[in-house]
Amino acid sequence: MFDAEALIIALTVFVLAIFIGYEVITKVPPTLHTPLMSGSNAISGIVIVGALLVAGQAEGVLGQILGAVAIGLAMINVVGGFMVTDRMLKMFKRSGDRS
Amino acid sequence: MSTEALLDVNTTSLAYIFTAILFIVGLKRLGSPATARSGNRLSSLAMLVAVLATVLGNDLMSWEWIIGGALVGSAVGAFSARKIAMTDMPQLVAVFNGFGGAASAVVAAAELVRLINAGDEIAEHVSITIMASVIVGSVTLTGSFIAYGKLQGIISTRPLLLPIRNVINVALLFGMIASTVWLVIDPSLTPFLIAGTIALALGILVVIPIGGADMPVVIALLNSYSGIAGAATGFVLGNTVLIIAGSLVGASGLILTRIMTKAMNRSLANVMLGGFGVEDGASTGGEEETRPIRSIQADDAAMMLAYAQSVIFVPGYGLAVAQAQHQVRELADLLKEKGISVRYAIHPVAGRMPGHMNVLLAEANVPYDELKDLDEINGEFSRTDVAVVIGANDVTNPSARTDRTSPIYGMPILNVDAAQSVIMMKRGMSAGFAGVQNELFFLDKTMMLFGDAKTSVEGIVSEIKDL
Repeated sequence: MFDAEALIIALTVFVLAIFIGYEVITKVPPTLHTPLMSGSNAISGIVIVGALLVAGQAEGVLGQILGAVAIGLAMINVVGGFMVTDRMLKMFKRSGDRS
Repeated sequence: MSTEALLDVNTTSLAYIFTAILFIVGLKRLGSPATARSGNRLSSLAMLVAVLATVLGNDLMSWEWIIGGALVGSAVGAFSARKIAMTDMPQLVAVFNGFGGAASAVVAAAELVRLINAGDEIAEHVSITIMASVIVGSVTLTGSFIAYGKLQGIISTRPLLLPIRNVINVALLFGMIASTVWLVIDPSLTPFLIAGTIALALGILVVIPIGGADMPVVIALLNSYSGIAGAATGFVLGNTVLIIAGSLVGASGLILTRIMTKAMNRSLANVMLGGFGVEDGASTGGEEETRPIRSIQADDAAMMLAYAQSVIFVPGYGLAVAQAQHQVRELADLLKEKGISVRYAIHPVAGRMPGHMNVLLAEANVPYDELKDLDEINGEFSRTDVAVVIGANDVTNPSARTDRTSPIYGMPILNVDAAQSVIMMKRGMSAGFAGVQNELFFLDKTMMLFGDAKTSVEGIVSEIKDL
């Protein structure tokens, strides 16, 4: 829970993060666009933090179930996203260093 | 079972800042194939730090549920990441986008339940961000599953157009605004559930009219939505690491969406309205095609390639469908042994998601420095003996440069027609996704090699070995 002042700070963080994201990601070459998407899938699994918070604070059964579902969904993204990205990136080789 | 916070608030916040730094550095290292793998590892380390900081920094009750959810999710994620075929990567990314959106929506739901149970007054901006989170998350969920269905061929890849779909969409939009106002005035689960249901329906309606070859745009956009839903959840909980990571993903998806629409010379609105290749079919006029084409067999193609000095392969979605990437690499190896220069020209929208062709070819051990994008390769076609087009169509159509009436006019294309000669591998004479005939087929320099791409390439390989 947070007040209006914190909301302004949060908005500031939001806007700056979008600019950083724009600058960093425009430099990713087209060759890596698929791993970029699956990797950012994994990063959007950061909602696991939110899921842990609501699951940890839930008091009723409904809240606990919702929390557990959210954790499960977020973990699919985190574990699946990072693993599949690594699997793809492992395949990218320069000519010469082929086995 | 429950635990009390081991870290104080400041330490947790510092850990979150560290997480954000690691994510940004991790994404920065995706700037080159040489450093990309370590970048992905940094991002996963960042996630671990964020999870540990959260677990140690808060009083947590009911560990059983937390561990249960985490185990099931991890198992599903790990299983699908290991089993998925590289050709099916667009489907996997679509489904993961959907789960990401769903997770955000469920977190928002759980937070609303908690706030209502606690009986506190809910501030307006909290109500609004809860609604934003559930709406974006739900649209992402159903939209992604429709995209998955289209990619997997469960749902027709043809654009499906409901007669009054725009009226319906606007009505749904008003419904969501009305229920948001309702939640602000009278916080209860009812308006929340109404908005969630409407958003789920909207996700279906928005993606269903969009055709198969426009899926790269849809997936990129849904990728962005899953990030925005996460950022909205960050606003709900007042958690900066969620806002930062969500924004990074949101920006990434938006950039990819823009690259895709630019590569098709269409606006995002044009893609999202759907129906491409249906309404515009008129330009072919339905007239019977009578112009002559030259059709060749694998042995002729083998001769052309074996006596060339430079070859460019132009892969498209047909390569993925035929799973021909390994055969293409084998052919490329044979040609390179003969001292022939081999490169690959990859159009940004080739395949069903951004970068799809690159991953397929990397899987087949094609070195990434041979994979060239549009700007790098387009000047090279005029100095190339043979361009081999495998399962690509619209992105090679020269009328995109010349024919103002064509639906693809102005779309950046690969200048395949500038090569000395062209081998076009195709199943038949059908038009591409845009519904227009490819002028390239009728050039004197173009040889058509009909059949399944994998069989055709295998044929050429064995002919070259026999030469």
